[in-house]
Amino acid sequence: MIVSKHLLGLAGVRREEISLILQTAQFFKEVLSRPIPKVPTLRGKTVVNLFFENSTRTRISFELAEKRLSADSVSFSASGSSVAKGETLLDTVRNLEAMKIDMIVIRHHASGAPHFLATMIDAGVINAGDGRHEHPTQALLDMMTLLDKFGTLEGLKVAIIGDVAHSRVARSNIHGLRAMGAKVALCGPATLLPRAPREAFGNDIEIFTNVDDAIRWADALNVLRLQLERQASGLLPSIREYANYFGVTRRRLEAAKRDVVIMHPGPINRGVELESDLADSEFSVILDQVTNGVAVRMAVLYLKSGGDLEVANGAA
Amino acid sequence: MPATAPHIKIKGEIMDAIGLNRTLSRLAHEILESNRGVDNLVVVGIRTRGVQLAERLLEKIESFEGRKLPLGSLDVTLYRDDLAYRQQALLSRMKQPRIQATDIPFDLDGKVVILVDDVIYTGRTIRAAMDALMDFGRPAKIRLAVMIDRGHRELPIRPDFVGKEIVTTPGEEIRVQLANVDGVDGVLLVEVTQAQT
Repeated sequence: MIVSKHLLGLAGVRREEISLILQTAQFFKEVLSRPIPKVPTLRGKTVVNLFFENSTRTRISFELAEKRLSADSVSFSASGSSVAKGETLLDTVRNLEAMKIDMIVIRHHASGAPHFLATMIDAGVINAGDGRHEHPTQALLDMMTLLDKFGTLEGLKVAIIGDVAHSRVARSNIHGLRAMGAKVALCGPATLLPRAPREAFGNDIEIFTNVDDAIRWADALNVLRLQLERQASGLLPSIREYANYFGVTRRRLEAAKRDVVIMHPGPINRGVELESDLADSEFSVILDQVTNGVAVRMAVLYLKSGGDLEVANGAA
Repeated sequence: MPATAPHIKIKGEIMDAIGLNRTLSRLAHEILESNRGVDNLVVVGIRTRGVQLAERLLEKIESFEGRKLPLGSLDVTLYRDDLAYRQQALLSRMKQPRIQATDIPFDLDGKVVILVDDVIYTGRTIRAAMDALMDFGRPAKIRLAVMIDRGHRELPIRPDFVGKEIVTTPGEEIRVQLANVDGVDGVLLVEVTQAQT
């Protein structure tokens, strides 16, 4: 199997490659449980984390993954850099590349920014979230968490609830889960659902505009963060109304399957998309997602750091 | 570039099943003699065949001493120093590194670790294994047991317990075969060539 040196999104990524990343991540999870949770695998490699948008979880997760693999890593924030003086993205990155770096992890508010870079520079590019487009490592860690819980993704019913239309997490999850044989449902107010989801993602996508129906249907709920600016842009009457109609609550969960799990990419608006108590309940795997994030990112950095590779018979 | 496929030619049988079993018995005795018993001893096999050989050694030690020793398994892929050469490895069809599980469910601090592998060649795998062991604890000693020493060392590493030393050329390989992995016990000397397809 040929693995590209870039990870730009999960659209078009084959099941074999996703499986390879998830299998490799399991080995890195074992590394993270060792007395010294560090291996010398990427010694001598230099990774730059370019974050043009605010981030806590993803950025720290990538930084930890790089350090656990012994890579030299540097982190960059747009504020306080030459970007604030008007430097273009390409000039910024070309300057960094002239400093002999091997890989760039980029988060950018513009959809397609990682794709653009991948065509312009030699270093490997890992997408850590671009605009409304994709957030592939988040979807991979979501899939790893579901695999830990259910053992397989084949036929698993996953309901993605909330602001699907503007969510890069949702988009990567839809592509990844469908490639792995899971069934995906989208649920949210009509203003926050993609316009033609079946045309965009496939005819087997379920659509629910009633959250109770989605909860009854699903084995797992992936509850998205409601971006509060959506109310200001006229897509929601009020936050309270959204919470009443689409918030996932313990009362609503009474109709769910007994072993249903709740995921959330964070940060949570407690009491809006998810009842505060539920975020810390026995149904929640939110902190497992965070732990798996480091292992998944280690796997991605490891597999992508060797360039275009043929990996014999998977990683296990 | 035309594709190539490895062609394996068997040049000779170095050990049959009886010889392999006899050698394992001798290695078990040597380990016990050298350690003056089983006190403080733990065994770690390097995946894949090192683990299988370690299991056999432990069975023998248990039959001689009546005590079952702790067994761990170690994968050294993440400690290898050749990640940067993997793309070239692809071009020359060398074997790609594949991560396997590591499982050391006991404390290594102060223990005498018998590290077991099937073949020692350049010494780089053993170097990686020692680095990995140090991340799990601080053993009192690490001693190395191998079934075959085929020479051509690139690092100053010498095994403490050797089943058999075989003089080989770089084009030759040693295949240690074990019944529960390969269906048969024995050691073969083979020549691997890249045939044009």
